Amino acid sequence: MEWLQQLINGISLGSIYALIALGYTMVYGIIKLINFAHGDVFMVGAFVGFYAIKGWGLGFFPALLFSMAFCAVFGVLIERIAYKRLRNATRIAALITAIGMSLLIEYGVIYARGAQPEAYPDNVLPSTSFNLFGAQISSQSLFILSVSVGLMIILQFIVHRTKIGKAMRAVSHDMDAARLMGINVDRTISYTFAIGSALAGAAGVIFGVYYTKIEPLMGIIPGLKAFVAAVLGGIGIIPGAMVGGLILGVVESVVSAMGFSLWRDAAAFIILILILIFRPSGIFGKNTREKV
Amino acid sequence: MKKKLASVFMASTIFAGVLAGCAGGAKESSGGGNSDTIKLGINLELSGNVASYGESMSKGIEMAVDEINKNGGVDGKKFDVVKVDNKSEAAEATNGIIKLTSQDKVTAVIGAATSGNTVAQAQIANDTKTVLIAPGGTSPTVTVDEKGKVRPFVFRTSFIDPFQGTVAANFALDTLKIKDAAIFADNSSDYAKGLSDAFKETFEAAGGKIAAEEAYVAKDTDFRATLTRIKAKNPSFIFIPGYYEEVGLIVKQARELGIDVPLVGADGWDSPKLVDLAGAEALNNTYLINHYSSEDPDEKVQNFVSAFKEKNNGEAPNAFNALGYDTVYFLADAVKRAGSTDSSKIQAELAKTKDLSLVTGVVTIDENHHPIKTATILEYVDGKQVFNTKVNP
Repeated sequence: MEWLQQLINGISLGSIYALIALGYTMVYGIIKLINFAHGDVFMVGAFVGFYAIKGWGLGFFPALLFSMAFCAVFGVLIERIAYKRLRNATRIAALITAIGMSLLIEYGVIYARGAQPEAYPDNVLPSTSFNLFGAQISSQSLFILSVSVGLMIILQFIVHRTKIGKAMRAVSHDMDAARLMGINVDRTISYTFAIGSALAGAAGVIFGVYYTKIEPLMGIIPGLKAFVAAVLGGIGIIPGAMVGGLILGVVESVVSAMGFSLWRDAAAFIILILILIFRPSGIFGKNTREKV
Repeated sequence: MKKKLASVFMASTIFAGVLAGCAGGAKESSGGGNSDTIKLGINLELSGNVASYGESMSKGIEMAVDEINKNGGVDGKKFDVVKVDNKSEAAEATNGIIKLTSQDKVTAVIGAATSGNTVAQAQIANDTKTVLIAPGGTSPTVTVDEKGKVRPFVFRTSFIDPFQGTVAANFALDTLKIKDAAIFADNSSDYAKGLSDAFKETFEAAGGKIAAEEAYVAKDTDFRATLTRIKAKNPSFIFIPGYYEEVGLIVKQARELGIDVPLVGADGWDSPKLVDLAGAEALNNTYLINHYSSEDPDEKVQNFVSAFKEKNNGEAPNAFNALGYDTVYFLADAVKRAGSTDSSKIQAELAKTKDLSLVTGVVTIDENHHPIKTATILEYVDGKQVFNTKVNP
């Protein structure tokens, strides 16, 4: 039952990618900016959760919520300070600012606390593993999977059933028309950053609990992988990010399972290249013709 | 006024230095130094980023020198120690040995604690025909240059990295009685590659079977897929040469996947962070190789431990203390057999060292100046390192 085990490994990994990818995709959908600082918001979330658990003795859920709230505020601050004034600038200017922001956060954290890694305490979640058709499933990974799925369902609800979700969809469709309809575009963009960053914060805490080790540069690779996942699903499309994340996680596990563990990171980027060549709009994207 | 004082002081030191230089030169020409002292240079990391290694070794060296001098020295010759601080920098290490060989005219130099800072001194040691002994450099390049040629005047007390792979294989075969093993190595470090090659060679030569050979890259965090693959091959032992940051996660994830066989690693595991990362429970039934353990019941070790504790307010000596201590005895043994303080004679005797019993094990020097010596196996029991056994090569 090795393959069942590998599938479970892949889905657990993929659900973390999916949570991060959602933030990428939402921000891209609304202001067409690839927010490279997003992976670092994920890292900040992991550290906030760590200090909440270790320093204040909070349990998993309070720490998760606190980290999400902290990251939501942090994400809005990034947007207000760095991106808002570039809204009418060229896209390349905003992209470079995002990379600068990413480095600033990474090295700011190193400056504040040093580069040494930290280990999440292992008693945050009960960890028993049970046997399903010969595959070992730890209660932690099930828990993590259900928290991720729960957050995605809440997100779908917000986007499709609430007023602010409607505003987001409107702004993403046509910013000028939305403004003419009386939608407060700036506030909607801030909400988008808040929700995306909160999901990254949640992913950070979940990552910490599942993988134990956190360090200031931990956001780089998961951030890039989540970007690949977002492009794979079709950037700007919310269900696409979830599916893209899960597919990427499973593909990475399968690559390792076949004995090419050293090629695992390469596999993710090969997928990115193939998608950009053959289906640039992603799995869920429609080929829209540019209107003249 | 202050300035004037300082310049007077400077002038007098320089003058004294010149005098000392003359005196040393005079002795040298009259045949290999003063006959009742052995001038010993110490070139260690006493400040800088690895200062803790250097300081520990220095403590061990001083203790050994005091002991030998108190007991009448080596054939009546007492050690006279000159210390320099290389500030944990290669350039300073080179400056240090230049000072020791040209100004202080030492017979032998002990240092440095790390491989890089020792290699920085090797050229000078060979050119000036001064014996250089590294207490702690575990890289093979310390005593063998990049062309594979032995550096004649350079020796070491610690075992080399790949040797730990041999020890791990012998431990699996002889102590655990295991015939099929898996290797899960860090593919991005020469250290881990050297260890896994040596392990494979020894293990297969003795009839063992390598069931799976997998690799990872430093900074990875998810090892579950590869571990699942290893698990499917059902090895009864997994050798994991690597550093504690990844090893901690590997051990934790392996136990979660239900891999309960012994996991074995080398000195790269040795950090308190490993216990934080893996968790005390997951570390049960794992072993690591190290130079020495203060819990070793061997009489020689226990004598050393109690003498050290007496001198250092009850603090138990670590591996670096022990290596520093042993280095002096290693040198003293060769001086005794050479019956002279002539560097070339001591060099020849050091190379012939055989079955010398030291705190960190019984040492025999091979043709590459690598010690073939006993290694200590420590076992993790509830997050604490406990002495398990000693493995002879």
